[in-house]
Amino acid sequence: MFSLLQQTAPVVVEESETVIITESAEAAGHGADAAHAVAAADAAHGAAGHAASAPGMPQLDFTTFGNQIFWLLVILAVIHWVLSRIALPRIGGVISDRQGAITGDLMAAEEFKQKAKEAEAAYDKALADARAEAGKIVAANKAEIQKELDAAIAHADAEIAARAAESEKRIGEIRASAIEDARNVAREVTAALVENFGGKADQGLVDAAVDQRLKGALQ
Amino acid sequence: MAEEEAGGLVFHPMDQFVVKPLFGEGPVNWYTPTNATLWMALAALAITALLVFGTRGRAIVPNRVQSIAELLYGMVHKMVEDVTGKDGLKYFPYVMTLFCFILFANFLGLLPKSFSPTSHIAVTAVLAVLVFVGVTVLGFVKNGAHFLGLFWVSSAPLALRPVLAVIELISYFVRPVSHSIRLAGNIMAGHAVIKVFAAFAAIAAIAPVSVVAITAMYGLEVLVALIQAYVFTILTCVYLKDALHPAH
Repeated sequence: MFSLLQQTAPVVVEESETVIITESAEAAGHGADAAHAVAAADAAHGAAGHAASAPGMPQLDFTTFGNQIFWLLVILAVIHWVLSRIALPRIGGVISDRQGAITGDLMAAEEFKQKAKEAEAAYDKALADARAEAGKIVAANKAEIQKELDAAIAHADAEIAARAAESEKRIGEIRASAIEDARNVAREVTAALVENFGGKADQGLVDAAVDQRLKGALQ
Repeated sequence: MAEEEAGGLVFHPMDQFVVKPLFGEGPVNWYTPTNATLWMALAALAITALLVFGTRGRAIVPNRVQSIAELLYGMVHKMVEDVTGKDGLKYFPYVMTLFCFILFANFLGLLPKSFSPTSHIAVTAVLAVLVFVGVTVLGFVKNGAHFLGLFWVSSAPLALRPVLAVIELISYFVRPVSHSIRLAGNIMAGHAVIKVFAAFAAIAAIAPVSVVAITAMYGLEVLVALIQAYVFTILTCVYLKDALHPAH
């Protein structure tokens, strides 16, 4: 209930919630603008007349109280019904379901963790066992291979010795035949020489002489 | 609702609060559907949309709407539990009804051209009186004459107790008044101030300032809409706690 008309306006309006501001500084003193201000004041009077029929604040208009209270109670009852019958049990259920699911999942996770630990231990054990087994197999194979190797080496040594002995024998034979050949050649050459000098080659004497001479050279 | 009339600006900051029939002209009888009825019904519809249709998925992993519904539920539920204790949870649906109604009426009232039922003392007074009467009756039903111990401060010196009892009694009966006027006053004042700023926007020179001021006020009003709903609800919880556990 405040009326505010700039000080230059000719009429003061009371009992009105209407606030009027005129651009007053220029309005002062001008005839046309004075009429202007009067028109504004008349308008304000009209508003004041209108306001007189209703109280200043609609909040204090008691004629609407019954209406507002009635509808408020209806709406509150509806909201309360909807909430208490449908919405709140449902949301509460969802939240507790979620809590249950989270708790269950956490427990399951704990269980899985335990299982994973056991599985890891089993895996480690299996790995260690497999390593030991592999070591054993390697050792066994090594021993077997060593045995075979030894046998093969012995066999090869024996073969080498046999071949060497055979070669020795043949070398001996070749050497013996070479001495004999040289003796025969020497006898024949000596006999031929004697005949060419005009003598009669006595085979027995020539052989003896050649052997005599060869004794020192070939042995 | 500012009209620029010949040579001046006319302000009608309170016109937005007028209760009028929705259909046609005429007197406002107690059963007439009015703009107040419309916006209260819209609040109820919005609450139903959020808390019922928003949660129809009943998802363990909530979508956005369900998250908001659960947020509101959790907030009020925790408030009731923290302030009144476990035995106050029985009255949680009623507290939730109050909170949702005030919150949605406040927020819907912030829409341009809308009507704020919570700006009317008739509405907030009924809300406050419902709480006051309910809490008082509950206090006597639950505790019998021990409920009067609320006014008898047994920790004070004996000589002071009658004086304190009178003060406590007065403060007890002032509760619904402050409870209701706080809400209606905040909402009404904010809306009226926005209207006044809006009327100034008709003058070109101050229009930018006016627009900035309206924006700032609007932001403040959004805050006020939530805070007042929260304050009303938490006071309801405090009064409920007094009824359930009247000992000081």
